[in-house]
Amino acid sequence: MVMINLILILLVGGLLAMLSERLDENMPRKVAMAAVLFDLIYLISSMLSLPEIAQLQAPITNDPSTWLMHFKANWIPAFGISIEFAMDGISLLMVLLTLILGAVAISASWTDIVKRKGFFEANLLWSLAGVLGVFLALDLLLFFLFWEVMLIPMYFMIAIWGHENRGYAAMKFFIFTQASGLLMLVSILVLSAINQETTGVWTFSYFDLLNTNISEQASYWIMLGFFIAFVVKLPGFPFHTWLPDAHTQAPTAGSVILAGVLLKTGAYGLIRFAVPLFPQAALDFSYPAMLLGAAGVVYGAVLAFGQADFKRLIAYSSVSHMGFVLLGIYAWNELALQGAVMQMVAHGFSTAALFMIAGSIQERLHTRDMSQMSGLWHQMPRMGAVAMFFVVASLGLPGLGNFVAEFLILLGLFQVNVWITVIAATGLITGAAYSLLLMQKSFQGEINKKWAESKLSDFGQREMMTMAVMIIALIFLGIYPQPVLNIAEPVLHSLLDLTALALPSIAEAKL
Amino acid sequence: MSKIIWLIPLMPFVGSITLMLFGKNLRRSHIGYLGVSSVGISALLTALLAIEFMQNQEVLETLVWTWMQVGSFAPGISFYFDGLTLVMMSVITGVGFLIHLFSTEFMEEDPSYARYFAYLNMFVASMLILVMADNLLLLYLGWEGVGVCSYLLVGFWYQHSANGHAARKAFIVTRIGDTAMALGLLLLFSHLGTLDIQVLMGKASQVWEVGENIPLIACLLLVCGAVGKSAQLPLHTWLPDAMAGPTPVSALIHAATMVTAGVYLIARTHGLFLLAPDAMIVVAIIGVVTSLMAAFTALMQTDIKRILAYSTISQIGYMFLALGVGAWSAGIFHLMTHAFFKALLFLGSGAIIHCLHHEHNIFKMGGLRTRMPVTFWSFMIGSAALAALPMTSGFFSKDQILLQAYQLPDLGPGLWMAGLLGALLTAIYSFRLVFVVFFGEANTEPDKDTEWRMAIPLSILCFLALVGGYFTIPVVDVFPVTGGSHPAHWVEYVSISVPIVGLVIAYFVFLNRRINIETLTTSSFGRGLGNLWLSGWGIDWLYDRLFVRPYYRLANLLKSEPVDVIYNAIVELNQLLNLWLSKSQTGRLRWYLVSMVAGLIILISLASNLGPGVLQW
Repeated sequence: MVMINLILILLVGGLLAMLSERLDENMPRKVAMAAVLFDLIYLISSMLSLPEIAQLQAPITNDPSTWLMHFKANWIPAFGISIEFAMDGISLLMVLLTLILGAVAISASWTDIVKRKGFFEANLLWSLAGVLGVFLALDLLLFFLFWEVMLIPMYFMIAIWGHENRGYAAMKFFIFTQASGLLMLVSILVLSAINQETTGVWTFSYFDLLNTNISEQASYWIMLGFFIAFVVKLPGFPFHTWLPDAHTQAPTAGSVILAGVLLKTGAYGLIRFAVPLFPQAALDFSYPAMLLGAAGVVYGAVLAFGQADFKRLIAYSSVSHMGFVLLGIYAWNELALQGAVMQMVAHGFSTAALFMIAGSIQERLHTRDMSQMSGLWHQMPRMGAVAMFFVVASLGLPGLGNFVAEFLILLGLFQVNVWITVIAATGLITGAAYSLLLMQKSFQGEINKKWAESKLSDFGQREMMTMAVMIIALIFLGIYPQPVLNIAEPVLHSLLDLTALALPSIAEAKL
Repeated sequence: MSKIIWLIPLMPFVGSITLMLFGKNLRRSHIGYLGVSSVGISALLTALLAIEFMQNQEVLETLVWTWMQVGSFAPGISFYFDGLTLVMMSVITGVGFLIHLFSTEFMEEDPSYARYFAYLNMFVASMLILVMADNLLLLYLGWEGVGVCSYLLVGFWYQHSANGHAARKAFIVTRIGDTAMALGLLLLFSHLGTLDIQVLMGKASQVWEVGENIPLIACLLLVCGAVGKSAQLPLHTWLPDAMAGPTPVSALIHAATMVTAGVYLIARTHGLFLLAPDAMIVVAIIGVVTSLMAAFTALMQTDIKRILAYSTISQIGYMFLALGVGAWSAGIFHLMTHAFFKALLFLGSGAIIHCLHHEHNIFKMGGLRTRMPVTFWSFMIGSAALAALPMTSGFFSKDQILLQAYQLPDLGPGLWMAGLLGALLTAIYSFRLVFVVFFGEANTEPDKDTEWRMAIPLSILCFLALVGGYFTIPVVDVFPVTGGSHPAHWVEYVSISVPIVGLVIAYFVFLNRRINIETLTTSSFGRGLGNLWLSGWGIDWLYDRLFVRPYYRLANLLKSEPVDVIYNAIVELNQLLNLWLSKSQTGRLRWYLVSMVAGLIILISLASNLGPGVLQW
């Protein structure tokens, strides 16, 4: 029930936020913030009351009773569709990240949104609810339902509150996700049908489908359906082109959710479904997948370097960073997977913060064009210093979370393929190039005469508080990542065991 | 003392964080106290540690906490302390303290006083972590940390884009080396299963034979990192530009400490390098070539800081030569003496720049001998040590290196002669600097003289640059014994006399002007060569054409997202189809009737051809 409540609180909170606009124009953001924080507290308190959390017992992937939480109720029994939720360490981490960044996003929308505030906060919360559903649902049709639920409010956020080219960006975002979602739906149906053929029962439960007997060729195609849906979301090269447009046009809060959380659903899907359901096919496909990952790292970095738009640059940096996640997942060993999980969390914070800074700049200067900026540090030293922090975090400074993530990924990847590791490692150089260029063009350099006269307000208390949360999180992840690693570890172990069982050849090679 | 060794890097770290958070609200004097005292306490603690170490020679290992643990990969935030660490820590905190003190006067009028000390303290903390780390990953943390601090300080005066450019260049060029080094770490871990330096060295010598390929590759990757950080060929181009930062920064980061990190890295992992003799030869050759290249370049520079920058590159080349020939302790010894005399020279140049309205061009100075006596003597002593005139600190360390290089079989005499040529050039360019700046006609009047906060660090460094050669560094237990036999006496005599010859040449050319080099410099060959040296052998120009511009061009070419072409094609295809099909909707009944009948005919004929089975309604 806890998991359903988590989602319901956000859904209802969204409704309340929308209605509260009638009372007071500024009420919705408060209601939304309250709902998210309440959800967060509720999650933490119910986690603490779990007996398992203390020892974090190793779950067995295909036995839901060993997970932290599990809930199952019939929905459409005729087709074996059920309302099934379950939570293990990885979903817990993702849910935590979602709620924290949800609060950050609401803070980012505080003054940014000026029209239809109630409906905006409602969309934000519903989108978060969809994301929670994605991270928790383990009935594949239910999962698909939430996959769509998180998409539609986000579409509205871009289409209604976005910037100058919002219609195009929203449509592109929608079509990419929708088309790839369709592939996933087909894959889900075929998978279930094959399972029904051999067992005689219809089921969409993850735990049942893990044991499906599929021919090698069929599993390869079904796996590809999942893979494309998730990689579009991730986004992986060459399916990433919706992202720069969506990010650039979305309102700040939308970008925060999009980059911080929504992209992670793609990575989560790969770890949870695309590999464990089809271990052999995933292994056969791991080489091309890693090549796509490395291509994303390099390509994203080069394109980021070429951008003149502040937000677009960060968007492409996400393509580069998420390439590392793809590499980590398909290297499929403990080091690389831990790195991928860590990257999901760390990138969530660093990019969300950078988007917030981008939004703050746009709010003040009404432009994202970096050639119009220059020398902003002088007028907004606090924002400059914060930006510097997140820029060096994003270029992988040791001592901050992103470095731990990228180093673990490279370390794991190195055991699998040396040359792909070398290509990916060049991302450390190109990453420095675009990150520092961003800093140079916006905050450093001669003071732009255009703004010299106007009074640009620096970050205030609310913004600094929000930034402080993310700064502390990244430092913590950077110098003592163990709590996060510990939460993910048993899950990753059992996943590795599961796939190793299916792949005796790998198990031998690993020994 | 051993229990609280972690306090030493923590002090400046806390100082830095405090200044970052509260620097705005503090009075300037308090900022100064805070910035200087945090490093001062570290220096004091290091001194206490040194006294203890001299008594018991005890190697310390302290685990503060396990950084992260994934499977068997468990690097710690843990420190390792031996004689080598002690030397490095002493240099960092000692010279660092003096430079902090100097900075309080140098930066007095700067509006971003707190930011300056915050960065500088952070640098000292990172540098201490670098040398105290007991595993390569923590070392890498310090390594990148000093890189970022260097970036921040080179670009400290951020309102000039040129400074920002220099800062980025410094960071990115070193990052190239760093990335190779990171790959080296990956390689070492995947073969030996640990990054703990001492364990690693032990395992390496068990697992690998001398001359095997894997240790060679690992060593070369580490050398890439060292070459980047220590500004050696081919990654040296960032250092001269890095002079854009405040001069005390150049003294601390780009002369005394950070740029010698590469030397430290190789010395620290010498056990690995002993397994890869080819890598050592590479190191020696890089060192010698770099030192010559930079010395020729220094001859032609007119900016006082650029002369010193190239001289730093050149001197680190000597340290690399030392490492390459296995003269580990001589390399570290030169690292220490160089820290003294080069910090002295940089601070001296800082004093000149400070008192001379930010003038950098040596030909606009002149005659400062009587006007700035403290600075003059600083430069005399510093240059003497840099040129390795007998009895100065630089003499002892450089002499050791050259003599040990000579003893290397095969390559030895060649390396020695190249080193001697470098020493000759060093003497010429360093006294060219002294004669031009301090003698002759005065071209610019100083508007102030140094106060005590500048004078005291200069005096102490003068003392160290003079007598530093008599120190013994406690690294006997760290490195294997090298250099048994003594070379012939004439080798020693030649080594001693070469710098003196250089001094004499500089005297006759730049002061006494008995030797006229005008005909040489005005001839077309001389001018061409001079320009080549002035531009640092055109390496910047080459890199610009080879790497920088192509990268910009590539980014420009791709920036409008070529991948979208595919998706746009799909969109266009759909629109085209839509166009065609909507044309069929003419609204004319006649047309609809005809198409309906035509469709029916096609269907029926298809059905009848396919056989009876199809038309079962």
